[in-house]
Amino acid sequence: MDISILYYLVPSVLMFVFGVYGFLTRKNMIAMLISLELMLNSADLNFVIFNRYLFPGSMDGMMFTLFAIAIAAAETSIAIALIINIYRAVGNTNVTDIKQLKF
Amino acid sequence: MDSVGNIILYFVVAISMVVFAWMAVTTTKILRAATYLLFTLLSTAIIYFQLGFEFLGAVQIAVYAGGIMVLIVFAIILTHKPNDKAAPLAAHRQLIGVSASVCGAILLLAALFTMPLPGNVSLAEAISAGGPAIDMHRIGTALVGSEKYQYLLPFEAVSVLLLACIIGGVVIARKK
Repeated sequence: MDISILYYLVPSVLMFVFGVYGFLTRKNMIAMLISLELMLNSADLNFVIFNRYLFPGSMDGMMFTLFAIAIAAAETSIAIALIINIYRAVGNTNVTDIKQLKF
Repeated sequence: MDSVGNIILYFVVAISMVVFAWMAVTTTKILRAATYLLFTLLSTAIIYFQLGFEFLGAVQIAVYAGGIMVLIVFAIILTHKPNDKAAPLAAHRQLIGVSASVCGAILLLAALFTMPLPGNVSLAEAISAGGPAIDMHRIGTALVGSEKYQYLLPFEAVSVLLLACIIGGVVIARKK
């Protein structure tokens, strides 16, 4: 049996649609952030898979994923700073309770 | 033809990645969702190792499974009481989520199976076609060089971005 490119891409697609499902159904902001990380992780994985199978001699997909991980770290830390600030103002982290821009 | 060990490793890792991703978005306890996300990220790191990108797998474990997970768990513990459970999903939200993800899955899989991908290349062939393994010397030269296929500008931009992010995080989260 050969592990071809589709064997890696199909789990990546499933992980992405689970992320979409979680992002649309959960109300807790941290749970939405976790779903967002799933989607981002699936996109990173796709870069690496295409790099390995379609352009095996280069490493551009790897570099894209490297920078994407760095930017994801920055994005998550800002999101968590915002969530903690919203928790101080509102008292919970549900998106449905946030109806004002200014508290 | 791939080795039996690689095939077994592939199935274990791919199944655990998908199952833990599903459990992370469906569990009602938020701290468990974070733990399942950690397992998904570690499975992804093992896939990076299997594909021959060892440095990337190490970065995934250190930055994602280490740094980002600590941040998320920290935020959960600050903003939730123990034994907090998510309210059961409203039917219309569930309907929107299921229909969007099923439509997305059908579209993506249809696109995937009609795309002209090299479906008969095995993992061993792809790795041997890549030539010698990517070593740290090559990665370091590519990160700080300014020639074609080298990444000095994004490297410096990311360093400025991380500085801006530190300052932004402090400004947003400080007490009034």
